[in-house]
Amino acid sequence: MTTLDIAARSPRAGGINLTLLGIELRRVLRNRRTVIFTLLFPGAMFLAFGSQYSASDSAGSGNVTAYIMVAMGLYGAAMTASAAGASVALERAQGWSRQLRLTPLRPAAYILVKALSALVMGAIAVGVVNLVGVVQGRAHMPLGTWVSCALLTVLSTLVFAALGLFVGYLVPGETAMQVLGPALAVFAFAGNVFIPISQGSVMWTIASFTPMFGVAEITRYPITNDLPWYAVVNAVVWLGLFVGGAAWRMSRDTGRV
Amino acid sequence: MIDVMTGREPVQGSVQDVAAVRLRGVTKSFGTVQAVRGIDLEIAQGEVVAFLGPNGAGKTTTIDMVLGLSEPTAGDVQVLGMSPREAIDRGLVSAVMQSGGLLKDLSVRETVAYIGSVFASTASVDDVLERAGITELAQRTVGKLSGGEQQRLRFALALLPDPAILLLDEPTTGMDVEGRRRFWEAIRADAAAGRTVLFATHYLEEADQYADRIVLIDSGRTVADGSGAEIRALASGRMLRATLADADPAELSRIRGVDSIEVRGDTVIIHAADSDPVARYLLTRTSATNLEITARGLEDAFLALTGKDDQ
Repeated sequence: MTTLDIAARSPRAGGINLTLLGIELRRVLRNRRTVIFTLLFPGAMFLAFGSQYSASDSAGSGNVTAYIMVAMGLYGAAMTASAAGASVALERAQGWSRQLRLTPLRPAAYILVKALSALVMGAIAVGVVNLVGVVQGRAHMPLGTWVSCALLTVLSTLVFAALGLFVGYLVPGETAMQVLGPALAVFAFAGNVFIPISQGSVMWTIASFTPMFGVAEITRYPITNDLPWYAVVNAVVWLGLFVGGAAWRMSRDTGRV
Repeated sequence: MIDVMTGREPVQGSVQDVAAVRLRGVTKSFGTVQAVRGIDLEIAQGEVVAFLGPNGAGKTTTIDMVLGLSEPTAGDVQVLGMSPREAIDRGLVSAVMQSGGLLKDLSVRETVAYIGSVFASTASVDDVLERAGITELAQRTVGKLSGGEQQRLRFALALLPDPAILLLDEPTTGMDVEGRRRFWEAIRADAAAGRTVLFATHYLEEADQYADRIVLIDSGRTVADGSGAEIRALASGRMLRATLADADPAELSRIRGVDSIEVRGDTVIIHAADSDPVARYLLTRTSATNLEITARGLEDAFLALTGKDDQ
Protein backbone atom coordinates (compact mmCIF):
# COMPACT_ATOMS: atom_id res chain seq x y z
CA MET A 1 0.00 0.00 0.00
CA THR A 2 1.50 3.29 -1.01
CA THR A 3 1.41 6.16 1.44
CA LEU A 4 -1.76 8.17 1.12
CA ASP A 5 -1.65 11.82 0.31
CA ILE A 6 -3.64 12.68 3.39
CA ALA A 7 -2.70 16.32 3.08
CA ALA A 8 -4.82 16.51 -0.06
CA ARG A 9 -6.47 19.88 0.01
CA SER A 10 -10.07 20.81 -0.19
CA PRO A 11 -10.85 22.89 -3.27
CA ARG A 12 -10.91 26.66 -3.06
CA ALA A 13 -14.13 28.68 -3.02
CA GLY A 14 -16.18 25.67 -1.95
CA GLY A 15 -15.68 24.03 -5.35
CA ILE A 16 -17.13 26.79 -7.51
CA ASN A 17 -15.46 27.07 -10.93
CA LEU A 18 -15.95 28.07 -14.57
CA THR A 19 -16.39 24.52 -15.92
CA LEU A 20 -19.38 24.14 -13.63
CA LEU A 21 -20.88 27.44 -14.72
CA GLY A 22 -20.28 26.63 -18.40
CA ILE A 23 -22.04 23.26 -18.17
CA GLU A 24 -24.94 24.85 -16.26
CA LEU A 25 -25.45 27.47 -19.00
CA ARG A 26 -25.17 24.91 -21.78
CA ARG A 27 -27.84 22.81 -20.04
CA VAL A 28 -30.31 25.69 -19.89
CA LEU A 29 -29.65 26.73 -23.48
CA ARG A 30 -30.07 23.15 -24.70
CA ASN A 31 -33.54 22.91 -23.18
CA ARG A 32 -35.82 23.67 -26.13
CA ARG A 33 -38.79 24.58 -23.96
CA THR A 34 -36.74 27.11 -22.02
CA VAL A 35 -35.39 28.67 -25.21
CA ILE A 36 -38.83 28.99 -26.83
CA PHE A 37 -40.84 30.16 -23.84
CA THR A 38 -38.29 32.26 -22.08
CA LEU A 39 -36.03 33.65 -24.79
CA LEU A 40 -38.15 33.82 -27.95
CA PHE A 41 -41.64 34.31 -26.50
CA PRO A 42 -40.91 37.70 -24.84
CA GLY A 43 -39.41 38.97 -28.11
CA ALA A 44 -42.54 37.90 -29.96
CA MET A 45 -44.72 39.53 -27.27
CA PHE A 46 -42.80 42.75 -27.74
CA LEU A 47 -43.40 42.66 -31.50
CA ALA A 48 -47.11 42.04 -30.93
CA PHE A 49 -47.62 44.77 -28.31
CA GLY A 50 -44.91 47.20 -29.32
CA SER A 51 -45.82 47.45 -32.97
CA GLN A 52 -49.21 49.07 -32.29
CA TYR A 53 -47.70 52.44 -31.52
CA SER A 54 -45.95 54.87 -33.78
CA ALA A 55 -42.46 56.09 -33.02
CA SER A 56 -43.87 59.51 -32.11
CA ASP A 57 -45.98 58.25 -29.16
CA SER A 58 -43.68 59.58 -26.49
CA ALA A 59 -43.32 58.36 -22.92
CA GLY A 60 -40.91 60.10 -20.54
CA SER A 61 -37.47 60.39 -22.09
CA GLY A 62 -38.29 57.74 -24.69
CA ASN A 63 -41.34 56.51 -26.57
CA VAL A 64 -44.10 53.99 -25.80
CA THR A 65 -42.41 51.26 -27.83
CA ALA A 66 -39.23 51.66 -25.78
CA TYR A 67 -41.31 51.46 -22.59
CA ILE A 68 -42.92 48.21 -23.76
CA MET A 69 -39.55 46.81 -24.81
CA VAL A 70 -38.19 47.31 -21.29
CA ALA A 71 -41.28 45.64 -19.82
CA MET A 72 -40.95 42.61 -22.09
CA GLY A 73 -37.25 42.40 -21.35
CA LEU A 74 -38.10 42.21 -17.65
CA TYR A 75 -40.72 39.55 -18.26
CA GLY A 76 -38.32 37.46 -20.35
CA ALA A 77 -35.54 37.82 -17.81
CA ALA A 78 -37.89 36.87 -14.98
CA MET A 79 -39.02 33.71 -16.81
CA THR A 80 -35.48 32.67 -17.74
CA ALA A 81 -33.95 33.36 -14.35
CA SER A 82 -36.72 31.60 -12.44
CA ALA A 83 -36.47 28.60 -14.79
CA ALA A 84 -32.73 28.42 -14.10
CA GLY A 85 -33.39 28.62 -10.37
CA ALA A 86 -36.21 26.09 -10.48
CA SER A 87 -33.91 23.54 -12.11
CA VAL A 88 -32.87 22.55 -8.58
CA ALA A 89 -36.25 20.81 -8.31
CA LEU A 90 -35.44 18.48 -11.20
CA GLU A 91 -31.93 17.90 -9.92
CA ARG A 92 -33.22 16.94 -6.50
CA ALA A 93 -35.77 14.59 -8.06
CA GLN A 94 -32.96 12.87 -9.98
CA GLY A 95 -30.78 12.49 -6.90
CA TRP A 96 -28.14 14.86 -8.24
CA SER A 97 -27.97 16.83 -4.99
CA ARG A 98 -27.12 13.57 -3.24
CA GLN A 99 -24.32 12.93 -5.74
CA LEU A 100 -23.02 16.44 -5.11
CA ARG A 101 -22.93 15.79 -1.38
CA LEU A 102 -20.29 13.16 -2.11
CA THR A 103 -18.05 15.93 -3.44
CA PRO A 104 -16.39 18.91 -1.76
CA LEU A 105 -18.91 21.25 -3.42
CA ARG A 106 -20.56 23.32 -0.67
CA PRO A 107 -24.33 23.87 -0.80
CA ALA A 108 -23.71 27.62 -0.73
CA ALA A 109 -21.40 27.30 -3.74
CA TYR A 110 -24.00 25.24 -5.59
CA ILE A 111 -26.65 27.91 -4.97
CA LEU A 112 -24.20 30.58 -6.08
CA VAL A 113 -23.62 28.71 -9.36
CA LYS A 114 -27.39 28.50 -9.85
CA ALA A 115 -27.80 32.21 -9.10
CA LEU A 116 -24.95 33.16 -11.45
CA SER A 117 -26.32 31.04 -14.29
CA ALA A 118 -29.77 32.56 -13.68
CA LEU A 119 -28.21 36.02 -13.90
CA VAL A 120 -26.38 35.21 -17.14
CA MET A 121 -29.54 33.68 -18.61
CA GLY A 122 -31.50 36.76 -17.54
CA ALA A 123 -28.95 38.95 -19.29
CA ILE A 124 -29.29 36.88 -22.47
CA ALA A 125 -33.09 37.21 -22.31
CA VAL A 126 -32.80 40.99 -21.93
CA GLY A 127 -30.31 41.01 -24.80
CA VAL A 128 -32.71 39.11 -27.06
CA VAL A 129 -35.62 41.50 -26.46
CA ASN A 130 -33.37 44.53 -26.93
CA LEU A 131 -32.00 43.07 -30.14
CA VAL A 132 -35.53 42.55 -31.43
CA GLY A 133 -36.20 46.17 -30.44
CA VAL A 134 -33.19 47.42 -32.41
CA VAL A 135 -34.12 45.38 -35.48
CA GLN A 136 -37.75 46.47 -35.31
CA GLY A 137 -36.53 50.06 -35.13
CA ARG A 138 -39.47 51.82 -33.46
CA ALA A 139 -38.11 52.02 -29.93
CA HIS A 140 -36.49 55.36 -29.28
CA MET A 141 -34.66 56.60 -26.20
CA PRO A 142 -31.24 58.11 -25.53
CA LEU A 143 -28.43 55.54 -25.59
CA GLY A 144 -27.64 56.12 -21.89
CA THR A 145 -31.27 55.49 -20.95
CA TRP A 146 -31.34 52.35 -23.09
CA VAL A 147 -28.23 50.93 -21.41
CA SER A 148 -29.38 51.89 -17.89
CA CYS A 149 -32.73 50.18 -18.41
CA ALA A 150 -31.04 47.00 -19.65
CA LEU A 151 -28.61 46.90 -16.71
CA LEU A 152 -31.35 47.53 -14.15
CA THR A 153 -33.38 44.71 -15.72
CA VAL A 154 -30.46 42.28 -15.41
CA LEU A 155 -30.06 43.29 -11.76
CA SER A 156 -33.79 42.76 -11.18
CA THR A 157 -33.54 39.16 -12.37
CA LEU A 158 -31.97 38.32 -8.99
CA VAL A 159 -35.45 38.57 -7.46
CA PHE A 160 -36.73 35.91 -9.87
CA ALA A 161 -33.65 33.72 -9.60
CA ALA A 162 -34.40 33.62 -5.87
CA LEU A 163 -38.09 32.95 -6.56
CA GLY A 164 -37.11 30.07 -8.87
CA LEU A 165 -34.84 28.56 -6.22
CA PHE A 166 -37.53 28.91 -3.58
CA VAL A 167 -40.17 27.21 -5.72
CA GLY A 168 -37.57 24.64 -6.84
CA TYR A 169 -37.01 23.60 -3.25
CA LEU A 170 -40.71 23.83 -2.40
CA VAL A 171 -42.29 21.91 -5.28
CA PRO A 172 -40.97 18.63 -6.65
CA GLY A 173 -39.67 17.94 -10.15
CA GLU A 174 -41.39 19.19 -13.31
CA THR A 175 -44.18 20.84 -11.31
CA ALA A 176 -41.90 23.71 -10.30
CA MET A 177 -41.83 25.25 -13.78
CA GLN A 178 -45.55 24.54 -14.29
CA VAL A 179 -46.23 26.62 -11.20
CA LEU A 180 -43.82 29.40 -12.12
CA GLY A 181 -44.97 29.97 -15.72
CA PRO A 182 -48.59 30.95 -14.92
CA ALA A 183 -47.53 32.69 -11.69
CA LEU A 184 -45.16 35.00 -13.57
CA ALA A 185 -47.84 35.82 -16.15
CA VAL A 186 -50.23 36.78 -13.32
CA PHE A 187 -47.51 38.85 -11.64
CA ALA A 188 -46.83 40.62 -14.93
CA PHE A 189 -50.50 41.52 -15.46
CA ALA A 190 -51.05 42.49 -11.83
CA GLY A 191 -47.74 44.30 -11.53
CA ASN A 192 -48.21 46.93 -14.27
CA VAL A 193 -45.90 45.14 -16.72
CA PHE A 194 -48.19 43.93 -19.54
CA ILE A 195 -51.00 46.48 -19.36
CA PRO A 196 -50.68 49.99 -17.99
CA ILE A 197 -52.47 50.63 -14.70
CA SER A 198 -53.37 54.25 -13.97
CA GLN A 199 -51.57 55.67 -10.98
CA GLY A 200 -53.83 56.35 -7.98
CA SER A 201 -56.50 53.78 -8.90
CA VAL A 202 -57.49 50.86 -6.66
CA MET A 203 -55.76 48.53 -9.11
CA TRP A 204 -52.59 50.57 -8.68
CA THR A 205 -52.74 50.13 -4.91
CA ILE A 206 -53.21 46.39 -5.31
CA ALA A 207 -50.46 46.23 -7.94
CA SER A 208 -48.00 47.95 -5.64
CA PHE A 209 -48.03 44.88 -3.39
CA THR A 210 -47.33 42.30 -6.14
CA PRO A 211 -43.79 40.97 -6.76
CA MET A 212 -43.18 42.37 -10.25
CA PHE A 213 -44.39 45.89 -9.54
CA GLY A 214 -41.29 47.14 -7.74
CA VAL A 215 -38.69 45.85 -10.18
CA ALA A 216 -40.83 47.03 -13.12
CA GLU A 217 -40.85 50.59 -11.78
CA ILE A 218 -37.11 50.41 -11.14
CA THR A 219 -36.19 49.08 -14.58
CA ARG A 220 -38.06 51.84 -16.45
CA TYR A 221 -37.07 54.61 -14.10
CA PRO A 222 -34.51 55.89 -16.66
CA ILE A 223 -37.45 56.40 -19.09
CA THR A 224 -40.14 57.63 -16.70
CA ASN A 225 -37.81 59.61 -14.40
CA ASP A 226 -40.32 58.71 -11.70
CA LEU A 227 -39.72 56.18 -8.95
CA PRO A 228 -42.21 55.95 -6.06
CA TRP A 229 -40.51 55.02 -2.76
CA TYR A 230 -42.87 52.08 -2.24
CA ALA A 231 -41.67 50.53 -5.50
CA VAL A 232 -38.15 50.27 -4.06
CA VAL A 233 -39.53 48.87 -0.79
CA ASN A 234 -41.58 46.37 -2.82
CA ALA A 235 -38.50 45.10 -4.70
CA VAL A 236 -36.35 44.82 -1.58
CA VAL A 237 -39.05 43.08 0.47
CA TRP A 238 -39.85 40.53 -2.25
CA LEU A 239 -36.15 39.80 -2.82
CA GLY A 240 -35.78 39.26 0.93
CA LEU A 241 -38.82 36.99 1.06
CA PHE A 242 -37.67 34.83 -1.86
CA VAL A 243 -34.06 34.56 -0.68
CA GLY A 244 -35.25 33.80 2.85
CA GLY A 245 -37.74 31.22 1.59
CA ALA A 246 -35.11 29.50 -0.56
CA ALA A 247 -32.62 29.45 2.34
CA TRP A 248 -35.27 28.08 4.68
CA ARG A 249 -36.29 25.27 2.32
CA MET A 250 -32.67 24.49 1.56
CA SER A 251 -31.76 24.11 5.22
CA ARG A 252 -34.71 21.75 5.65
CA ASP A 253 -33.57 19.84 2.59
CA THR A 254 -30.09 18.80 3.73
CA GLY A 255 -31.46 16.54 6.45
CA ARG A 256 -33.21 14.11 4.14
CA VAL A 257 -31.02 14.58 1.06
CA MET B 1 -17.92 34.27 1.74
CA ILE B 2 -15.14 32.30 0.12
CA ASP B 3 -13.45 31.71 3.47
CA VAL B 4 -16.65 30.34 4.93
CA MET B 5 -17.03 27.88 2.09
CA THR B 6 -13.43 26.69 2.05
CA GLY B 7 -12.70 23.41 3.80
CA ARG B 8 -10.52 23.04 6.87
CA GLU B 9 -6.77 22.94 6.88
CA PRO B 10 -5.23 19.59 5.97
CA VAL B 11 -4.12 17.13 8.64
CA GLN B 12 -0.39 16.52 8.75
CA GLY B 13 1.42 13.20 8.82
CA SER B 14 1.08 9.67 7.56
CA VAL B 15 -2.05 7.58 7.81
CA GLN B 16 -0.57 4.23 6.90
CA ASP B 17 -1.54 2.69 10.23
CA VAL B 18 -4.99 4.26 10.49
CA ALA B 19 -8.05 2.11 9.83
CA ALA B 20 -9.75 2.89 6.53
CA VAL B 21 -13.14 2.78 8.22
CA ARG B 22 -13.90 2.52 11.91
CA LEU B 23 -17.37 2.31 13.43
CA ARG B 24 -17.74 2.23 17.19
CA GLY B 25 -21.09 1.50 18.82
CA VAL B 26 -22.93 3.04 15.89
CA THR B 27 -26.72 3.15 16.04
CA LYS B 28 -29.23 4.93 13.87
CA SER B 29 -32.92 5.42 14.53
CA PHE B 30 -35.57 6.95 12.33
CA GLY B 31 -38.32 7.89 14.74
CA THR B 32 -39.15 4.68 16.57
CA VAL B 33 -37.53 2.46 13.94
CA GLN B 34 -34.03 1.28 14.80
CA ALA B 35 -32.28 0.72 11.49
CA VAL B 36 -28.84 0.14 13.01
CA ARG B 37 -28.65 -1.30 16.52
CA GLY B 38 -24.97 -1.08 17.37
CA ILE B 39 -22.27 -1.88 14.83
CA ASP B 40 -18.57 -2.08 15.65
CA LEU B 41 -16.43 -2.51 12.59
CA GLU B 42 -12.85 -1.86 11.63
CA ILE B 43 -11.69 -2.15 8.04
CA ALA B 44 -7.96 -2.05 7.33
CA GLN B 45 -6.58 -0.19 4.33
CA GLY B 46 -6.53 -2.32 1.20
CA GLU B 47 -9.23 -4.77 2.29
CA VAL B 48 -12.11 -5.71 0.00
CA VAL B 49 -15.08 -6.19 2.31
CA ALA B 50 -18.63 -7.28 1.52
CA PHE B 51 -21.48 -6.03 3.62
CA LEU B 52 -23.91 -8.88 3.21
CA GLY B 53 -27.47 -8.93 4.45
CA PRO B 54 -31.11 -9.11 3.42
CA ASN B 55 -33.04 -6.00 2.36
CA GLY B 56 -33.71 -3.77 5.33
CA ALA B 57 -30.75 -5.14 7.31
CA GLY B 58 -29.28 -1.64 7.69
CA LYS B 59 -26.62 -1.81 4.96
CA THR B 60 -27.52 1.40 3.17
CA THR B 61 -28.09 3.25 6.45
CA THR B 62 -24.59 2.26 7.58
CA ILE B 63 -23.01 3.25 4.27
CA ASP B 64 -24.79 6.62 4.40
CA MET B 65 -23.20 7.25 7.79
CA VAL B 66 -19.73 6.29 6.53
CA LEU B 67 -20.25 8.83 3.73
CA GLY B 68 -21.49 11.52 6.09
CA LEU B 69 -24.87 11.64 4.32
CA SER B 70 -26.47 11.06 7.70
CA GLU B 71 -25.32 11.33 11.31
CA PRO B 72 -25.37 8.32 13.65
CA THR B 73 -27.87 8.56 16.51
CA ALA B 74 -25.12 7.28 18.80
CA GLY B 75 -21.56 6.10 18.33
CA ASP B 76 -18.70 7.30 16.23
CA VAL B 77 -17.75 6.96 12.55
CA GLN B 78 -14.22 7.65 11.35
CA VAL B 79 -12.81 7.44 7.86
CA LEU B 80 -9.00 7.36 7.77
CA GLY B 81 -9.03 8.87 11.24
CA MET B 82 -11.16 11.85 10.29
CA SER B 83 -14.82 12.70 9.97
CA PRO B 84 -16.58 11.43 6.83
CA ARG B 85 -17.12 15.00 5.62
CA GLU B 86 -13.42 15.84 5.88
CA ALA B 87 -12.51 12.66 4.03
CA ILE B 88 -14.95 13.56 1.22
CA ASP B 89 -13.64 17.12 1.01
CA ARG B 90 -10.14 15.75 0.47
CA GLY B 91 -11.34 13.25 -2.11
CA LEU B 92 -10.21 10.30 0.04
CA VAL B 93 -13.51 8.46 -0.09
CA SER B 94 -16.08 8.14 -2.82
CA ALA B 95 -19.08 6.00 -3.54
CA VAL B 96 -21.16 4.33 -6.21
CA MET B 97 -24.77 4.61 -5.15
CA GLN B 98 -27.51 2.17 -5.98
CA SER B 99 -29.58 4.41 -8.23
CA GLY B 100 -30.17 8.02 -9.16
CA GLY B 101 -27.53 10.69 -8.81
CA LEU B 102 -27.22 11.41 -12.53
CA LEU B 103 -28.66 14.19 -14.68
CA LYS B 104 -30.44 12.72 -17.71
CA ASP B 105 -29.80 15.73 -19.94
CA LEU B 106 -26.02 15.77 -19.55
CA SER B 107 -23.68 13.74 -21.74
CA VAL B 108 -21.39 11.18 -20.14
CA ARG B 109 -18.37 13.41 -20.68
CA GLU B 110 -20.15 16.48 -19.27
CA THR B 111 -21.19 14.55 -16.18
CA VAL B 112 -17.60 13.50 -15.49
CA ALA B 113 -16.28 17.01 -16.24
CA TYR B 114 -18.89 18.55 -13.90
CA ILE B 115 -18.07 16.36 -10.92
CA GLY B 116 -14.34 16.45 -11.67
CA SER B 117 -14.30 20.24 -11.65
CA VAL B 118 -15.27 20.52 -7.97
CA PHE B 119 -12.37 18.47 -6.60
CA ALA B 120 -9.02 20.09 -5.81
CA SER B 121 -7.18 17.45 -7.83
CA THR B 122 -8.56 14.72 -10.05
CA ALA B 123 -7.69 12.13 -12.63
CA SER B 124 -8.37 13.25 -16.19
CA VAL B 125 -11.83 12.77 -17.70
CA ASP B 126 -10.46 10.45 -20.42
CA ASP B 127 -8.60 8.37 -17.86
CA VAL B 128 -11.62 7.59 -15.69
CA LEU B 129 -13.83 6.98 -18.73
CA GLU B 130 -11.34 4.38 -19.89
CA ARG B 131 -10.95 2.73 -16.50
CA ALA B 132 -14.73 2.44 -16.19
CA GLY B 133 -14.93 1.08 -19.75
CA ILE B 134 -17.19 3.81 -21.14
CA THR B 135 -14.82 5.71 -23.43
CA GLU B 136 -16.99 4.93 -26.46
CA LEU B 137 -20.07 6.29 -24.64
CA ALA B 138 -18.52 9.70 -23.85
CA GLN B 139 -20.87 11.67 -26.13
CA ARG B 140 -24.00 9.68 -25.22
CA THR B 141 -26.74 11.41 -23.23
CA VAL B 142 -27.07 9.92 -19.75
CA GLY B 143 -30.81 9.35 -20.23
CA LYS B 144 -30.02 6.94 -23.08
CA LEU B 145 -27.66 4.70 -21.10
CA SER B 146 -28.63 1.22 -19.94
CA GLY B 147 -28.68 0.43 -16.22
CA GLY B 148 -25.27 -1.20 -16.40
CA GLU B 149 -23.79 1.69 -18.39
CA GLN B 150 -25.16 4.19 -15.87
CA GLN B 151 -23.55 2.18 -13.12
CA ARG B 152 -20.19 2.28 -14.88
CA LEU B 153 -20.62 6.04 -15.21
CA ARG B 154 -21.19 6.27 -11.44
CA PHE B 155 -18.05 4.19 -11.03
CA ALA B 156 -16.15 6.63 -13.30
CA LEU B 157 -17.36 9.53 -11.12
CA ALA B 158 -16.22 7.70 -8.00
CA LEU B 159 -12.75 7.25 -9.51
CA LEU B 160 -12.27 10.97 -10.21
CA PRO B 161 -10.60 11.98 -6.91
CA ASP B 162 -8.51 8.75 -6.91
CA PRO B 163 -10.02 7.84 -3.53
CA ALA B 164 -8.32 5.62 -0.95
CA ILE B 165 -11.69 4.10 -0.13
CA LEU B 166 -14.49 3.16 -2.46
CA LEU B 167 -17.98 2.37 -1.19
CA LEU B 168 -20.48 0.55 -3.37
CA ASP B 169 -24.12 0.26 -2.35
CA GLU B 170 -25.66 -2.77 -4.08
CA PRO B 171 -23.82 -1.74 -7.22
CA THR B 172 -25.11 -4.46 -9.54
CA THR B 173 -28.83 -4.26 -8.77
CA GLY B 174 -30.75 -4.50 -12.02
CA MET B 175 -27.74 -5.48 -14.13
CA ASP B 176 -27.76 -8.52 -16.39
CA VAL B 177 -25.19 -11.27 -15.88
CA GLU B 178 -22.77 -9.88 -18.43
CA GLY B 179 -23.05 -6.34 -17.08
CA ARG B 180 -22.46 -7.62 -13.58
CA ARG B 181 -19.37 -9.56 -14.64
CA ARG B 182 -17.86 -6.57 -16.48
CA PHE B 183 -18.61 -4.28 -13.57
CA TRP B 184 -16.86 -6.54 -11.07
CA GLU B 185 -13.90 -7.03 -13.42
CA ALA B 186 -13.40 -3.26 -13.40
CA ILE B 187 -13.71 -3.11 -9.59
CA ARG B 188 -11.33 -6.04 -9.02
CA ALA B 189 -8.72 -4.58 -11.37
CA ASP B 190 -9.00 -1.35 -9.46
CA ALA B 191 -8.81 -2.93 -5.99
CA ALA B 192 -5.65 -4.79 -7.00
CA ALA B 193 -3.90 -1.40 -6.97
CA GLY B 194 -4.50 -1.20 -3.21
CA ARG B 195 -7.78 0.64 -2.91
CA THR B 196 -9.99 -0.25 0.04
CA VAL B 197 -13.38 -1.41 -1.18
CA LEU B 198 -16.53 -1.84 0.90
CA PHE B 199 -19.59 -3.04 -0.94
CA ALA B 200 -23.10 -3.83 0.20
CA THR B 201 -24.89 -6.68 -1.47
CA HIS B 202 -27.60 -9.21 -0.95
CA TYR B 203 -26.14 -11.51 -3.60
CA LEU B 204 -24.27 -14.22 -1.71
CA GLU B 205 -22.22 -15.34 -4.68
CA GLU B 206 -21.07 -11.77 -5.19
CA ALA B 207 -19.83 -11.49 -1.61
CA ASP B 208 -18.17 -14.91 -1.79
CA GLN B 209 -16.55 -14.30 -5.15
CA TYR B 210 -15.29 -10.75 -4.87
CA ALA B 211 -14.62 -10.00 -1.20
CA ASP B 212 -11.66 -10.96 1.01
CA ARG B 213 -13.90 -10.60 4.00
CA ILE B 214 -17.64 -10.83 4.56
CA VAL B 215 -19.48 -8.93 7.26
CA LEU B 216 -22.89 -10.47 7.67
CA ILE B 217 -25.46 -7.99 8.90
CA ASP B 218 -29.06 -8.53 9.90
CA SER B 219 -31.61 -6.36 11.70
CA GLY B 220 -29.03 -3.64 12.22
CA ARG B 221 -26.41 -5.88 13.84
CA THR B 222 -23.30 -7.72 12.75
CA VAL B 223 -24.03 -11.45 12.99
CA ALA B 224 -20.81 -12.82 11.50
CA ASP B 225 -17.49 -11.50 10.23
CA GLY B 226 -14.89 -13.53 8.35
CA SER B 227 -13.80 -14.95 5.00
CA GLY B 228 -16.31 -16.71 2.77
CA ALA B 229 -14.94 -20.09 3.91
CA GLU B 230 -15.21 -19.09 7.57
CA ILE B 231 -18.77 -17.92 7.16
CA ARG B 232 -19.67 -21.20 5.46
CA ALA B 233 -18.04 -23.17 8.28
CA LEU B 234 -20.27 -21.39 10.77
CA ALA B 235 -23.15 -23.29 9.32
CA SER B 236 -21.34 -26.51 8.48
CA GLY B 237 -23.00 -29.83 7.81
CA ARG B 238 -25.01 -31.31 4.98
CA MET B 239 -28.55 -31.38 3.77
CA LEU B 240 -30.22 -34.69 2.90
CA ARG B 241 -33.36 -34.85 0.83
CA ALA B 242 -35.29 -38.04 0.12
CA THR B 243 -38.69 -39.27 -0.98
CA LEU B 244 -40.31 -41.04 1.97
CA ALA B 245 -43.99 -41.63 2.50
CA ASP B 246 -45.25 -41.45 6.09
CA ALA B 247 -41.97 -40.14 7.48
CA ASP B 248 -41.93 -40.03 11.26
CA PRO B 249 -39.99 -36.95 12.41
CA ALA B 250 -39.75 -38.22 15.98
CA GLU B 251 -38.11 -41.42 14.85
CA LEU B 252 -35.74 -39.68 12.42
CA SER B 253 -34.67 -37.12 15.00
CA ARG B 254 -33.16 -39.92 17.09
CA ILE B 255 -30.49 -40.57 14.42
CA ARG B 256 -27.07 -39.39 15.56
CA GLY B 257 -26.06 -35.96 14.21
CA VAL B 258 -29.48 -34.74 13.04
CA ASP B 259 -29.99 -30.97 13.51
CA SER B 260 -33.41 -30.48 12.02
CA ILE B 261 -36.11 -32.29 10.09
CA GLU B 262 -38.67 -30.93 7.70
CA VAL B 263 -41.44 -32.99 6.12
CA ARG B 264 -43.12 -31.68 2.96
CA GLY B 265 -45.64 -34.24 1.72
CA ASP B 266 -43.63 -37.20 0.53
CA THR B 267 -40.35 -35.34 0.78
CA VAL B 268 -38.24 -35.25 3.90
CA ILE B 269 -35.39 -32.74 4.32
CA ILE B 270 -32.84 -33.39 7.05
CA HIS B 271 -30.00 -31.11 8.14
CA ALA B 272 -27.19 -32.99 9.83
CA ALA B 273 -23.66 -32.29 11.00
CA ASP B 274 -22.65 -35.79 9.84
CA SER B 275 -24.59 -37.09 6.86
CA ASP B 276 -23.29 -40.69 6.74
CA PRO B 277 -25.31 -42.24 9.63
CA VAL B 278 -28.44 -40.49 8.40
CA ALA B 279 -27.98 -41.76 4.85
CA ARG B 280 -27.28 -45.30 6.10
CA TYR B 281 -30.39 -45.23 8.31
CA LEU B 282 -32.63 -43.87 5.57
CA LEU B 283 -31.54 -46.45 3.00
CA THR B 284 -31.49 -49.51 5.26
CA ARG B 285 -34.24 -48.90 7.85
CA THR B 286 -36.82 -46.95 5.85
CA SER B 287 -38.31 -47.07 2.38
CA ALA B 288 -36.65 -43.79 1.40
CA THR B 289 -35.78 -43.35 -2.29
CA ASN B 290 -34.17 -40.61 -4.42
CA LEU B 291 -31.67 -39.66 -1.70
CA GLU B 292 -29.71 -36.46 -2.38
CA ILE B 293 -26.91 -35.14 -0.20
CA THR B 294 -25.64 -31.58 -0.61
CA ALA B 295 -23.17 -29.46 1.33
CA ARG B 296 -24.65 -26.33 2.85
CA GLY B 297 -23.57 -23.31 0.88
CA LEU B 298 -23.16 -19.76 1.88
CA GLU B 299 -26.87 -19.34 1.32
CA ASP B 300 -27.68 -21.82 4.06
CA ALA B 301 -25.11 -20.26 6.36
CA PHE B 302 -26.75 -16.96 5.66
CA LEU B 303 -30.23 -18.25 6.45
CA ALA B 304 -29.03 -20.14 9.52
CA LEU B 305 -27.24 -17.12 10.93
CA THR B 306 -29.81 -14.48 10.14
CA GLY B 307 -32.62 -16.83 11.15
CA LYS B 308 -31.04 -17.33 14.57
CA ASP B 309 -31.35 -13.66 15.26
CA ASP B 310 -35.13 -13.82 15.04
CA GLN B 311 -35.56 -16.68 17.50
